[in-house]
Amino acid sequence: MEIFWYSAISVVLAMFFILDGYDFGAGIIHLFFAKSEEDKVVIAKSAGLFWDSNEVWLVAGGGLLFMAFPTFYASVFSGFYLPLILVLWLIIFRAIGLEFRGHFNYQMWKDIWDTAFGVSSLLLALFFGMALGNVIRGVNLGGVKDGVSLYEGHYFFLPLWDSSFSPLSDTPGIIDWFTLIIGVIAVIVLAIHGANWVILKTNSSINHRLKSIIFNLNIALSVLTIFSLAVWQYINPAALDNFKDLPYLAIFPLLYFGGIIGLFFIKKIKKDIHAFYLSTLLILGGITSSLASLFPVILPSTNSVNESLTIYNTAASEYGLSVAFNWGIVGLILLVIYFIVQKRLMAGKIDDMDYGH
Amino acid sequence: MEDMIFYDRLQFAFTITFHYIFPQLTMGLSLIIVYFKWKFLRSQAEKYNDAAKFFMKIFAVNFTMGVITGIPMEFQFGTNWAKFSELTGGIIGQTLAMEGLFSFFLESSFLALFIFGEKLMSQRLHFLTALLVFIGSWASGYFILATNAWMQHPVGYEILDNGKYVLTNFSELFSNPWLLPAFLHNQMASLVTSSFVVASIGAFYLLGKSNIEYGKLFLKTGVIFGFISSLLVAFPTGDWNAKNVAKYQPASFAAMEGIFETEHAGAEIILIGQPNMLEKKLDNKIAVPNILSFLTYQDWNRQIYGMDKFKEEELPDNVPGLYYSYHIMVGLGTIFIGVMSLAILFLWRKKLYEFNPLLWGIMLLAPFTYVANITGWYVAELGRQPYLVYGLLKTSEGISPTVSSGNTLFTLLGFIGLYFLLGVLFLILVGKIIYKGPQPEPQTH
Ligand code: HDD
Ligand code: HEM
Ligand code: HEM
Repeated sequence: MEIFWYSAISVVLAMFFILDGYDFGAGIIHLFFAKSEEDKVVIAKSAGLFWDSNEVWLVAGGGLLFMAFPTFYASVFSGFYLPLILVLWLIIFRAIGLEFRGHFNYQMWKDIWDTAFGVSSLLLALFFGMALGNVIRGVNLGGVKDGVSLYEGHYFFLPLWDSSFSPLSDTPGIIDWFTLIIGVIAVIVLAIHGANWVILKTNSSINHRLKSIIFNLNIALSVLTIFSLAVWQYINPAALDNFKDLPYLAIFPLLYFGGIIGLFFIKKIKKDIHAFYLSTLLILGGITSSLASLFPVILPSTNSVNESLTIYNTAASEYGLSVAFNWGIVGLILLVIYFIVQKRLMAGKIDDMDYGH
Repeated sequence: MEDMIFYDRLQFAFTITFHYIFPQLTMGLSLIIVYFKWKFLRSQAEKYNDAAKFFMKIFAVNFTMGVITGIPMEFQFGTNWAKFSELTGGIIGQTLAMEGLFSFFLESSFLALFIFGEKLMSQRLHFLTALLVFIGSWASGYFILATNAWMQHPVGYEILDNGKYVLTNFSELFSNPWLLPAFLHNQMASLVTSSFVVASIGAFYLLGKSNIEYGKLFLKTGVIFGFISSLLVAFPTGDWNAKNVAKYQPASFAAMEGIFETEHAGAEIILIGQPNMLEKKLDNKIAVPNILSFLTYQDWNRQIYGMDKFKEEELPDNVPGLYYSYHIMVGLGTIFIGVMSLAILFLWRKKLYEFNPLLWGIMLLAPFTYVANITGWYVAELGRQPYLVYGLLKTSEGISPTVSSGNTLFTLLGFIGLYFLLGVLFLILVGKIIYKGPQPEPQTH
């Protein structure tokens, strides 16, 4: 049952990053590359029409996580208190930007909300990446100091940063140079994903330029990925052991690298949707490989006093997980149907569509 | 420690109060939209369809606000109330996850279909999308209230040695005796809000002499829905809730009614008075003897416990707040019934549309329906104190052990700033929609 819920929640959250990922990415593209008013309008729309239906996956994933792994939910949400609240503010700010931009035809008004949308998309991508970085780096569970826990063994609290900005310090913060690298990787991945989305869904004038931008970003991504793996191995020599022990897990990193390699051929790819699938692979592979490297741990402890959080020591009761299975299956199937209907309805380029707003 | 709890509570209270401004309108409004759409199917008169689409626009803005202020609520269970989530997540996680999984996407997908898809489908199907939006939003309220009902009156659980609450009986979560009365009362209350909003937009058009035809339609519809729901909110649903509180949370009942001393034969009902916590009495009291006993137990002489019967640490920690909230809710409820009855009378006599004082009255009362709903929730939530899970888990035991008060205050201030901005923008946007008015569909066939 734990494994079922772990997989189901991972899939739902991965869906969230794939779907909302493209509108975060569209925000990043919008911030850096959109110059003309038509492009800005259409790119903002390519995100604005979809963000709320994409956030369904976040709400569903969050709720399921709370239900199935309450101890994990409690520990991580209170431990990462500040970045999570910042993420909430950014989500709200971004939604305001998207929803309010079009309501008054006044240049300053539009500029403000364009910036709000772009900057908050960028920061969200960075924060989500850093969150992943923090999870794989691990935290000082129990706030151990000199061999003594300050709190119960499954609680912790991280400040935003520690003045050394080093993952090797005794008290690392949310932001250190390792998590920052992962954050930047996430920004690049989502920018690529967003660019593919813009190409797929709009006729904006920068579409042809975006392909070379994707190509260049992809180079940066390959370099950073390799670098981050080396760093990760350096700060945690056991980081990749799971893949040695269970070789079939290697399928997940293969997805990721498959995505990278495929994207080098971006200019040759005929169908835009195929390029979009490749960046989807990047996100899917990235998330699943990180999870697979930890499994069954979900939050490693960096001290030897308290044990890491796993899917077993944080799960709700067996009875609770099993009754939830019954309604959960129905709910998940409905989610998939919902997703298909949504895609059908919104298929095609949005500037050719009459969307009545 | 004390100030940690204080800021956590303040932040939760502030953010939930702001969140609840939006769902209370959407839940009621979705029913009224279904009604308009149904009238359109029956009569084929375009004005009903225009009305449905006009209110769906207002609905959509409120829905978006509900979503973006609702996500912080879900997060806060983990961020600010970690210990509570850890201990009870196995139970309330069930109902909260069901809300997330079933209701939200039902609502948001069919909302999109309603708004974008009218040309793609038959009018019957379009009606169906409105109906499903309605079902989604009521289901959302149902699951949330099931969560809250468990906190007010825990059922179907077992407490392990390590303090964790585990679920032992899933169906009891939904047959909780607290749930149905609370749900019905809450839904009727949100219908009161929406009816007043619909009626007051109508009154606004009539008084401003614009969109007169729609103004009449909105006013009439709002008044009919408002009359029925104002009655139902007081009786039987409000009464039923009060009986539940008297039965399951007697200490809260004494506090919200303002009864300091137990009287032997029959308790009086307090109409006016200010709780004086220093001398444990009510100042400037106006009360009617024996009524409370009759209302609660249909027995004029039945004894009702006052606050003197309970230990200090079992009593809610904010008695005046609880008392005023309750009296404001009930007082406003009485006014709503009065005004709506008058409006129905004038409507029946066909004089409503010209009777400006009443139109002004309805328009000015609309904001107070929000006050009544929010104070109603304050009754429930302050009355639950000092417990998080009534009788079992103290509020002070539920907070996040590692989040210091400085950090909570920081985020509270941030929420206040951001929500202020959000509130202003929301008003501008809704104001713009109302000002523009419903647009008749250009005849295309
Ligand atoms: C338009 C709003 C409105 C109006 C006019 C009323 N209520 Fe109410 N009341 C609510 C809106 C509300 C609410 C916000 O919806 C609450 C909060 C929790 C709930 O389920 O409903 C509530 C809760 C609530 C409770 C507390 C339950 C608890 O402690 O959990 C009681 C005892 C009553 N109501 C009783 C009444 C009575 C006797 C009314 C007579 C006029 C009344 N209400 C009018
Ligand atoms: C139905 C779902 C709801 C749930 C599950 C819920 C849950 C909670 C929780 C966990 C707290 C913090 C702990 C505490 O102080 O007891 C709280 C406090 C509070 N809630 Fe609710 N709440 C709900 C609805 C509402 C609504 C709709 C409102 C108001 C509009 C509201 C008003 C408050 C207030 C004012 C407090 C602070 C009370 C105090 O600390 O003295 N609640 N609620
Ligand atoms: C602590 C209490 C609460 C939490 C954690 C919470 C959580 C949420 C979340 C995450 C959303 C956005 C996603 C969604 O629509 O499901 C939302 C929206 C919504 N909430 Fe809440 N909520 C709380 C209180 C309430 C209460 C008391 C009600 C009413 C009974 C309510 C009714 C709704 C409705 C109907 C929506 C849909 C959006 C809309 O129609 O505006 N919520 N809530």
